[in-house]
Amino acid sequence: MDSNRRKFLKIAGLTAIAGVAAPSAFNSLLRGEAVASTGHGESAAPAVAGKQYGLVIDSKKFLADPSLAERCVSACHSIHNVPDFGNKKDEIKWIWVEKYANCFPEHSHLKRNEALEQTPFITMCNHCAKPPCVRACPTQATFKNKDGIVMMDYHRCIGCRFCMAACPYGARSFNWRDPRGKDEMGKPFIKRFNRDYPTRTRGVVEKCTFCNERVLRGLPPACVEASAGAMIFGDLNNPSDPINEVLKGNFTIQRKPNLGTSPSLFYII
Amino acid sequence: MYDMNKILPGLVVFVGLVTFPIWYNGGDAGAVPKLEKPTNAKECIRPTAEMRTSHMVILNEFRDEVVRESKRGAIKDAGGVEYDDKSLMLGCMKCHVSKKKFCDECHNYAAVKPYCWDCHIQPKEMN
Repeated sequence: MDSNRRKFLKIAGLTAIAGVAAPSAFNSLLRGEAVASTGHGESAAPAVAGKQYGLVIDSKKFLADPSLAERCVSACHSIHNVPDFGNKKDEIKWIWVEKYANCFPEHSHLKRNEALEQTPFITMCNHCAKPPCVRACPTQATFKNKDGIVMMDYHRCIGCRFCMAACPYGARSFNWRDPRGKDEMGKPFIKRFNRDYPTRTRGVVEKCTFCNERVLRGLPPACVEASAGAMIFGDLNNPSDPINEVLKGNFTIQRKPNLGTSPSLFYII
Repeated sequence: MYDMNKILPGLVVFVGLVTFPIWYNGGDAGAVPKLEKPTNAKECIRPTAEMRTSHMVILNEFRDEVVRESKRGAIKDAGGVEYDDKSLMLGCMKCHVSKKKFCDECHNYAAVKPYCWDCHIQPKEMN
């Protein structure tokens, strides 16, 4: 047989790859780790363990007061030193306003009522019970804290942006530019610094932290405070928390519940 | 040894250049930095010697406790005196009111460049 060194090495290499890859592929399939990408939102309900802060957003109240959503956004962005780069490409957003069709793409249907089209849907990080961003982060810079908040540790972020690719809600923004800088006209990106809260630096990913710094001091998140009752904040895992009464008494929808992330934002439609 | 007459003078020049900073300053390490001490407190959260050698370790511990374990809140020193917040901006810098006259003095002297202030906001300098 015509055998040479080149052929031998090829076969040896392929055998090695197959030997390493096959068991791990089989194992993850057999253990059911490779879950299907679509399913039921209900089956993704988390096991009750510790706190899981969540938010109910009453879209009717946001329709009734069209400037309310903007006030909530600016309340958040001003206390957290969120820069405004003036263009969509570099945009940093912790909380923002979305149209119904963009907020709930899986609820698309014909002949939507006018009110739905006009309602500003406020949205932010969903602080999922099963956050895909946390699974994607290679440095554990983003993690689930003891209150169920998906936190950011900017000290550890290496700016790889895996979490941005993993997040199905677009809740994460990357600092392409120095947030403390100025534009060509000399206008600073952060108009007024809140000197009690840090900025971020170029090269890290940032997002809503459910006002972790306020929650730890017993205050509600800034957007909730600015919403004048249109948003209700509470612990979803605590049956006696008022938020669960609101959820029992109202029809609510979640964003992309079928992905199995168990988002903690609920919208009263 | 080959080329002794080239190697030896070369070595002398090399050693002279490398040790230039030492003999140029006459073996003197320069003026020791003088820090502006807080006026509203006598003691820091830990003894001065410990703060001097390991404040960066303490800051890292505080960071991990606050960010990762959600253990924010007051800190007590050895004497039982309580300080407001386990925080650089809301704690340390409330007493050490000037970054320039406190942090920078030593960091410049030791030529270290910590990246704290890339994100954390330094107190407004009074002068």
